[in-house]
Amino acid sequence: MRTFVLKKRRKMSSREAVKGYLFALPWFIGFFVFTLYPVMAAIYYSFCSYNIVSSPQWINIANYKTLINEDSLFWESLFNTVFYTFFSVPLGISIALILAVLLNHKLRGMSWFRTIFYLPTIVPVVASCILWLWILNPQFGLLNVFLAKLGITGPGWLADENWSKPSLILMSTWAVGGSMIIFLAGLQDIPRRLYEAAELDGANWWRKFISITVPMLTPTIFFNLVMGIIGSFQVFTQAFIMTDGGPVDSTLFYVLYLYRNAFVYFKMGYASAMALILFIIILFFTLVIIFTSSKWVYEEVK
Amino acid sequence: MKKYYPRSHYANEVIRKGFLYLVLIGLASIYILPFIWLVSTSLKSSSQIFVIPPQWIPNPIVWQNYRKALTLMPFFTYLKNTCIIAFTTVLGSLLSCSLVAYAFARLRWPGRNIFFILLLSTMMIPFPVTMVPLFILFSKIGWINTFKPLIIPTFCASPFLTFLLRQFFRTIPMQLSDAAKIDGCTELGIYSRIILPLAKPALAVTAIFMFLFVWNDFLGPLIYLTDQDKYTLAIALQLFKGAHDAEWALQMAASTVVILPVIVLFFFTQRYFIEGITLTGMKG
Repeated sequence: MRTFVLKKRRKMSSREAVKGYLFALPWFIGFFVFTLYPVMAAIYYSFCSYNIVSSPQWINIANYKTLINEDSLFWESLFNTVFYTFFSVPLGISIALILAVLLNHKLRGMSWFRTIFYLPTIVPVVASCILWLWILNPQFGLLNVFLAKLGITGPGWLADENWSKPSLILMSTWAVGGSMIIFLAGLQDIPRRLYEAAELDGANWWRKFISITVPMLTPTIFFNLVMGIIGSFQVFTQAFIMTDGGPVDSTLFYVLYLYRNAFVYFKMGYASAMALILFIIILFFTLVIIFTSSKWVYEEVK
Repeated sequence: MKKYYPRSHYANEVIRKGFLYLVLIGLASIYILPFIWLVSTSLKSSSQIFVIPPQWIPNPIVWQNYRKALTLMPFFTYLKNTCIIAFTTVLGSLLSCSLVAYAFARLRWPGRNIFFILLLSTMMIPFPVTMVPLFILFSKIGWINTFKPLIIPTFCASPFLTFLLRQFFRTIPMQLSDAAKIDGCTELGIYSRIILPLAKPALAVTAIFMFLFVWNDFLGPLIYLTDQDKYTLAIALQLFKGAHDAEWALQMAASTVVILPVIVLFFFTQRYFIEGITLTGMKG
């Protein structure tokens, strides 16, 4: 009797509907004012010439034309960003996975190791940029001093246009703690019996890793990959603080160039066109991953 | 015939554990070394910095660097600004995100699922996309060079934190709400007297994440704040770096001061961090 009464209560009522909208109101306001309006405005501005002081002038697709046909820095910045993403995301995911697998043992002191690996993630980016500037200092930095001990003359890192992007990629592998924790949670969800069955069949650790751990973790890899790509396409602070886009524009990332167009040259329309292209690129990569995911992401049959 | 005695299970375990510890200690050293280098440099005199090979333990220890770092810039003004923004944004996001999460997790209303998908998709919109129109909007209504553009939007429920809370609210049995309803409790009463007290750990996670975001945020304050006396610690640190180029000891001391509160917070709330990140990775 009781369950019947409860079931009836759980049905949608108009009073509950009103309450639902009221409770969700802050998000609705936020969605319209701080998301939908800016996106629409960005689309409008991207077809305008606009420097804030005078009102926007409609110029059709001129911004897009200039970006694609005439602006070599646009292509340069896009290349730099894709290069950075292409290396830092897979590298970060691999390192996070390795760390998580190592941490996923019930041994003494594991929480200490977890803390140490996670700590770089919470350091304010500005502070870690300053720290890494010093670590990557060609003459007195920790890295080159260490390499010198091994008899290697280290490169100029951020001062060398060929090494500046690898330097920032290297730096990004220091802060992989977030993905590591998500992997760790994923690892703990893998049923023990799978490993036990594999052990009975005589599988070694590598076999178990490749045939059980990785396939079972593909949903987590998927999540980290999408978030990693979205984040890494927006790389900005490192280049802004450490290199100012140099040397020779080798670390001029997309958002840094967008920032300059908007807030240094006050070309708001041009910057909006860049912003929308970025949005489309990120959307494209995300959708490609989502649509190919059925081929490689393991889904539990419930 | 038999030549090989199987090593005892125990010996095998010891070797396996020993190897694991060795790898972990090696990797942990690499990850912690930058921190040691940071603190070590921050305590050196300018002449000690350029000694090769570098000394890990400075001699003498120059505590003076910290005093200089704190007095060469109006540190406490920046700290105050950062704390004002952090406190209000934490409050704003706790209030708004929990209300919205309640709507998505515990109420039924038409379009809920579609709006939830919409909320999730807005998480993927990069800030640079909305940055320019928001700047124009805020400058038209005179909010530039105030804390408002950094604070007010957090009262409108950040999608990420709302999602996180919603995941947690869903784990609370529906029967609790039903029972309270039978007893004549209003929806606001259920929210504030049943769900919120039960969701304390998740609310703690929300507060910590928001605080951390504000403390570390760079692009937002960089765009919206123009006067130096309005700066947050993050952009003040960048300003300090520019003003004291190549004075590595001072830069490291200032960086340490900015990093320290976050690390202290982390050590006290570690459990919540781990739970929170795990919640966001959860499906469903």
